[in-house]
Amino acid sequence: MRMAKPRLTSGSIIDGFVIGETIHTGGMAMLWKVTHPDIDVPLVMKVPLLFEGEDPSAIVGFEMEQMILPRLSGPHVPKFFAEGDFSVQPYIVMEYVTGQTLKPLLAQLPRSYPETIEIAARVATAIDDIHRQNVIHLDIKPSNILVRPEGEIVLIDFGLAHHNQLPDLMEEEFRLPYGTAPYMAPEQVLGIRRDPRSDIFALGVLIYFLSTGSRPFGESESLAGLKRRLWKDPIPPRAIRPDYPPELQEIVLHCLEVNPAARYPTAAQVGFDLQNPALVKLTERAGRSRPSSFWTSLKRKFDQNNIDLLRRNAMTAQIATAPIIMVAIDLAEGTDALSEALRSQVNRFLETAPGARIACVNVLKQNRLTIDRTLDESGHNKHASRLAGLKDWAEPLRQHDRQITYHVLEAVDAADAILDFADVSHVDHIIMGARANSRPRRFLGSVSAIVASRAPCTVTVVRPRASVSLRVTNTDSSEIRGVD
Amino acid sequence: MLNALMSDIHGNRQAFEACIQHAEARNVGRYIFLGDYVGYGADPEWVVRKVRSYVDEGALAVVGNHDRAISDPSISMNRNAELAIEWTRTELSNESSRFLGLLPLTEEEAGRLYVHADASAPSRFRYVLDAETARHSLHSTHAHATFCGHVHAPAIYSLSTAEKLTSFQPMPGVAIPILKQRRWVIVVGSVGQPRDGHSAASYCTFDDQTWEITYHRVPYDVETAAARIRAAGLPHNLADRLFRGR
Repeated sequence: MRMAKPRLTSGSIIDGFVIGETIHTGGMAMLWKVTHPDIDVPLVMKVPLLFEGEDPSAIVGFEMEQMILPRLSGPHVPKFFAEGDFSVQPYIVMEYVTGQTLKPLLAQLPRSYPETIEIAARVATAIDDIHRQNVIHLDIKPSNILVRPEGEIVLIDFGLAHHNQLPDLMEEEFRLPYGTAPYMAPEQVLGIRRDPRSDIFALGVLIYFLSTGSRPFGESESLAGLKRRLWKDPIPPRAIRPDYPPELQEIVLHCLEVNPAARYPTAAQVGFDLQNPALVKLTERAGRSRPSSFWTSLKRKFDQNNIDLLRRNAMTAQIATAPIIMVAIDLAEGTDALSEALRSQVNRFLETAPGARIACVNVLKQNRLTIDRTLDESGHNKHASRLAGLKDWAEPLRQHDRQITYHVLEAVDAADAILDFADVSHVDHIIMGARANSRPRRFLGSVSAIVASRAPCTVTVVRPRASVSLRVTNTDSSEIRGVD
Repeated sequence: MLNALMSDIHGNRQAFEACIQHAEARNVGRYIFLGDYVGYGADPEWVVRKVRSYVDEGALAVVGNHDRAISDPSISMNRNAELAIEWTRTELSNESSRFLGLLPLTEEEAGRLYVHADASAPSRFRYVLDAETARHSLHSTHAHATFCGHVHAPAIYSLSTAEKLTSFQPMPGVAIPILKQRRWVIVVGSVGQPRDGHSAASYCTFDDQTWEITYHRVPYDVETAAARIRAAGLPHNLADRLFRGR
């Protein structure tokens, strides 16, 4: 089937959509503002530019977007409205997102650290959202990231994306890697399109670029230039900006690991670290001030194992084994059975989900009206002592230290605080205790009930088994007697 | 309208009933049967009567190699299949045998072709097993989408305008858009004797408005189906493999 040039002009009507002005003409598609009498949201129509002898990736990319966009939902993608068939006029109508892409930011680089972290955390949230909907974007870059006026990030252009439950039309169609050279992950260079951590790599490139002003792997478009990232490390940001925060360098270089298995397992975990930079566990990455030596790079370059490793480690279902788990811990009685039961639950999770992150959370209750003093009666800092209490609780789990963070939340309402934290930190699973029997515990029990009913994720309520005595009821015993 | 596509029921009443129940719960408007109603399983007469009753109400049905073998001894098959066919001949009523004998090799409507196996030579019942055989099948027709069975394992193949062939393992419960500018072979899997390592029965629903296909896996009472095969004196292997889905 051969496609003709789009015959659309301003004012023409197709399937009820009235064509307005052109917003954008790119290499592969044209964007028109459109209106529809039944839809009161600003709309944009994307029309592929298809000519004889045209690069077939334009068609396939458009087909992929037609398949994937209608299946995505939520605030981080443009809302889909309609699509047109290739037999008449191919198009996609979606929400017109007001707001700018990140591209204008690039005119003035580097950006400040707080601004970079703020943007990156929002982008991580958006990436996590589409990953949870089984989609890998594979072309994360400033021009594909829109910021709504309210600050929410919207990812656009799913022409190179992969949906892990739908046929991948790009994969079999083209031998060459598709993507945007500076942002492309090493495994993508090798043609692997099913690893969500490729988007995490691109996020790393974005953070690096925004905060240092240069791209970690340059701008080379050649295949040889692209392949260099399989063995050559980027220059550590600190070598470019000596005041570069070690936590941020840790995050960036963790995203940019060549081997996807060495990267953050999920975008949610990147977001978690970006939102809690002070809690980032620093490794050797944070301290680097030079790229690896010439010899190390050279050895890597000729090490076929390196590439095999990359292929082998590419995988799809990462989120399941790398959840963010929140443990809400009441420190009132640190050593009792409940505390122990909670810990053994967490241990069990760590065994089955080795990539998990554990956020240990305690709520420091504040009074509604009075301004609480940070010191208790005997002059100890309440916040610090709670933190120490949490660490003490987690002491038996210390072999997993790298995966554990500690948070004391100051709040009037414990349930609200726990729910807010779960929301903002992309928590997949809340584990919390409930105490039975004794009257003063009723209140705590109700916190777990509120959390369980309103949480955006799975909640496990842990309660130590109460002792039971076997009793023979009257009716039973009479039956037993009847046997005589 | 939502269509249910079922293939390779092979006399397995328990699997067939479970799929019908599953389809009815989804308000399926019409059934399309892709052949091999008999062979292997212990309830061929019940299955054929049921299919006939749907055909009387407007369902489409094409013939499979096992159905052909009832009246045509020249159709070659392996030993177990042959034993099952010999036994099936004694089980089927005259009406049912006649019904199978009169089924067409293909049915076609609105750009869609229904056939038991490779569409390039429907009466030869060749497997569509991989990209090459799928391409062969696609090149012999003009249909946008060919729906077939015969291999007992779900698969989707699609041919782009640039002649590139993509193969895909569908996941149960996920609607897959059948894009109109491509050409497709949709292998629906088997109701009565799945061979892809899962014991659950396989069938598809196809929405002819949106052109979306959804694969379904339906657990059924394998124990009873297997016990009936043994009780009928059929080779025990035919019962055992139902548990393994192999």
